[in-house]
Amino acid sequence: MLRFILAGIALLFSCTLTLAQDRAMQDILQEQAALIMESSRTSIAPAIAAIADSGLPQAQVVLQTWQAKKMWRRVADGVFFRVEKAEDGNYTLIDLDSGEQAGSAKKSDIDQIKPNSGIRALLGSALVQFQLQDPDPRRRWAALTSIQRNPAADLLAPLRASIPMEDDPELKAMKQRAERLLTIAYDPDESSRIAAIDQMSRDIGVDVRATLNPLLETRLAVFAGEPPSDVNIASRLEPGEQITAIAAYDILVAADMGPPRIAPDAIRSALAEHIQGGFVGGVPVHQLDSQPARSRAYAALAAEGLVPPEPTPDAMAETLARHSFLRLFAEPSPAVTDAALKAMRSIDLRVGLNRTLDLFLDGMSLASIYFLAAIGLAITFGVMGVINMAHGEFIMMGAYTGYVVQQVVPDHTLSILLSIPLAFAVTFAAGVALERLVIRWLYNRPLETLLATFGVSIALQQLAKNVFGTQARPLTAPGWLDGAWVLNDVVSISYIRIAIFVLAGVFLAIYLYIMRRTRLGLETRAVTQNPAMAASMGINPNRVNMLTFGLGSGIAGVAGVAIGLFAKVTSELGSEYIVQSFMTVVVGGVGNIWGTLAGAGMIGFLQKGIEWFNPSNTLAAQTFMIIFIIIFIQFRPRGIVALRGRAAGD
Amino acid sequence: MPHGFLMRHPSTIIFVLLLALFTVAVTVLSEGLGIGVISTSLVKTLGKTLCLALAAIAMDLVWGYAGILSLGHFAFFGLGGYMIGMWLMYERTRDIVVEALADAPIPPTPEEISDAIGNQIFGVVGSSDFPLVWAFADSLFVQLLLVVLVPGLLALAFGWLAFRSRVAGVYLSILTQAMTLALALYLFQNDSGLRGNNGLSGLQNLPGLDHVPQSLVSLWFLWGSALALGMGYLLAAWVVSGKFGSVLRGIRDNEARVRFLGYSVETYKLTIFTVTACMAGIAGALYYPQAGIINPAEIAPIASIYLAVWVAIGGRGRIYGAVIGAAFVSLVSSWFTGGQAPDIPLGFYTVKWVDWWLVVLGLSFVLVTLFAPKGIGGLFDLLSHRFSPDRHGADLGPDQGSLREKEATE
Repeated sequence: MLRFILAGIALLFSCTLTLAQDRAMQDILQEQAALIMESSRTSIAPAIAAIADSGLPQAQVVLQTWQAKKMWRRVADGVFFRVEKAEDGNYTLIDLDSGEQAGSAKKSDIDQIKPNSGIRALLGSALVQFQLQDPDPRRRWAALTSIQRNPAADLLAPLRASIPMEDDPELKAMKQRAERLLTIAYDPDESSRIAAIDQMSRDIGVDVRATLNPLLETRLAVFAGEPPSDVNIASRLEPGEQITAIAAYDILVAADMGPPRIAPDAIRSALAEHIQGGFVGGVPVHQLDSQPARSRAYAALAAEGLVPPEPTPDAMAETLARHSFLRLFAEPSPAVTDAALKAMRSIDLRVGLNRTLDLFLDGMSLASIYFLAAIGLAITFGVMGVINMAHGEFIMMGAYTGYVVQQVVPDHTLSILLSIPLAFAVTFAAGVALERLVIRWLYNRPLETLLATFGVSIALQQLAKNVFGTQARPLTAPGWLDGAWVLNDVVSISYIRIAIFVLAGVFLAIYLYIMRRTRLGLETRAVTQNPAMAASMGINPNRVNMLTFGLGSGIAGVAGVAIGLFAKVTSELGSEYIVQSFMTVVVGGVGNIWGTLAGAGMIGFLQKGIEWFNPSNTLAAQTFMIIFIIIFIQFRPRGIVALRGRAAGD
Repeated sequence: MPHGFLMRHPSTIIFVLLLALFTVAVTVLSEGLGIGVISTSLVKTLGKTLCLALAAIAMDLVWGYAGILSLGHFAFFGLGGYMIGMWLMYERTRDIVVEALADAPIPPTPEEISDAIGNQIFGVVGSSDFPLVWAFADSLFVQLLLVVLVPGLLALAFGWLAFRSRVAGVYLSILTQAMTLALALYLFQNDSGLRGNNGLSGLQNLPGLDHVPQSLVSLWFLWGSALALGMGYLLAAWVVSGKFGSVLRGIRDNEARVRFLGYSVETYKLTIFTVTACMAGIAGALYYPQAGIINPAEIAPIASIYLAVWVAIGGRGRIYGAVIGAAFVSLVSSWFTGGQAPDIPLGFYTVKWVDWWLVVLGLSFVLVTLFAPKGIGGLFDLLSHRFSPDRHGADLGPDQGSLREKEATE
């Protein structure tokens, strides 16, 4: 209703104003003086409209003055002024038209105009049109964001009015989008709402969904007999099918359309209140430990009129049958809700497709993390066949190296660039030491390698705890890796994850280069296949084993730096990845880097896929993933990419 | 031929006698029935150690004799504990609830009692309904049966899948470790029905026996644990002394050759895997009432690796070695980590054993693997003048090392 008045008045005044372009603001104020002084929310609208639509440049200032309670009226002649408190205790009068000082006055000579909060809100909306047309684009942008944040019906008209005058194309697009959304929510004209809904039905933005969802809000309602024809029905609920009979009856009771059910607790306390000489309603108290006996006693009490009767199941069923239960749209117009439903279906489909894309990206990034963690193992375990349970601790050492470097070199970019070769060096050295001191004595005893390296693993873990403490240490990514690559409201991926993905690709390339193109790779493959034969060809197996193990460990260290960027650096960092890393290598197929890649991909996508079914529970996802892997191993015991021939022998 | 069996294995007689002597000595020195030199908590620690020794025997059978390095036996141990813990917790909560509701003016219905128990037990995980796995929690007999059945069936299913597809060696170790991790992660969930990471608690209180002091209860469990350990030891010694044991050792040393000789290797492996899982379950069922609390952290993969560590330090392939290793390492560990060991001031740094014990344990474990593959049990060989032939460096042992026994003796 208000909108119509506003629009009508605006129309009226725009006609008259063209005639009176050179009129002063004071004249308009005088015309509206009665309304202004009445200062009532219900009647003030024409006065505000008169000022706002006057076309005078000072209109915005006047409205702001009014809103800020700085407009006063001189008692003597009824002239309005902006008033500032002067230093001498008097009040300075400022002319509203010219903005110049017009003398001063005592407080008793002037009346302050105090708009209440309702009027101030109206003034605020009237001011929006000025802000939306402000010459400063930043102000326009601020006004627009405030509209997006708090949409309201009365913002629609000024927003619409401001669009043709907008010259910034980006702001214009934003305004048009906001106008469409406001139209959907508030336009009184049904057909323009439906048109707007159709227009936005291919948009997957969160704001569109946030606008459409309130249209589709429903509430439960119950009617005796058939529902009236003027309600907008979302769905019918049959008690016992879409809704339980108990729930349906509770709705009835809440609507005062049936006698309330008596809750078991209420029955028990009612019975307890009416114990008389060891009997309740003729039933001995000690027999009341079963529901039928309690019902009998309660029925007896009800028959005496001591308690409200409990509706029998038959009576409840009969009452339910006489009523119809519905879900009603809060929005009265079926045409609008139909259009909104259709739009939501189309949006949901698009959102679903985008979610799948997002899930795919998530899976890719998890897969690349697993690949990074496992690629060192693909060398030490996959190629050399050495079980290194301390592999996870090498990852941890790499991460801590990154942390220490960051303590020394404060620049994040430089420190990350420095810590990658340093982490490689540290873990390479550790790997070589481990190979020389422990593993080379155990090449014929793989199970004991497992246990001995496990001993190293717990020692290293505890050592890290002693040195760095138990709390997580930060390894901060450089600033240019902050944030995320946002495709739309659904699909986004953080830059760190992209960096890890790239890093995984780089590692794959390095691995392939070393194994296939270098002397070390050739010698490694030779020693792995047949150490005795390789030795007789002049290769020193000890040296090759040492270097290969060091290489695998060094890569684990670099992976540690990458993992430390997004995970917390603690002494347990490595042990969180060790089982998954072994799984990745085993599932993929031992001795083949493509297998490791496939294994990482499978585990990563699988885990994300399972998480998608039950997003709140990542523990369950891991559990099911491991179970799946155990079963998968049954069917492909040698992994996804199985080596053929003697090289695959156990 | 029990007589002949014992005569041929004098270590069994010695062990059983020592165990009996130990039990009597603890009883005499205890607070509950004796002169009170040993505190109740120490009696519990000793009783728990006996249970760990039983689990170590199971591990030794499966690893030291059959060559299957299972990293899942502590999970079976934990499952046994969970099964008995369910009954203990249910019955005890029921006693408390019934007592609380007895004062109500109206006697409670069975549903009200069960709702109240559910509220008490599952309140911490924001639920009050009994999950399906608690279906038999009110029956001691069924839960005792489940102590054996649940670990046994899990081991049977897992072992059948793994052995059937010829997963062996380190692959099997990794797979069992994954199984353990999956189980631990599953139990960590609040909706697993076993109270998530809260675990089951208050297990030291036996339902209906509130009037019996803990000093006495701890002795009962010590006796029970000693009995179980003795029986387990006899069973293990008997199993490995016969033909079955010979086949197991054969599988350990050369699986393919045993298979070519016509033995169903999978059946043997599956049998020993399942039987030892049941043993571990029983050990767990005796352990956790003494510990008082069980939670999923107990069965994390690392616990199973520690079990292997104990057996390795004690000496694989000999049953008393497993017992010695479990008792020695777990007691020394609790001494060091319990804060009783004196700190070593080095002037610039004070070595606190709570912090450094794991480092020492890890490194000593590496040293044992490298230099004393026979573990502590090897000392008995020294006593009985049974020396390994000099192999010019490399040790004899299970796996590939044993294949060179002939060449080494020459």
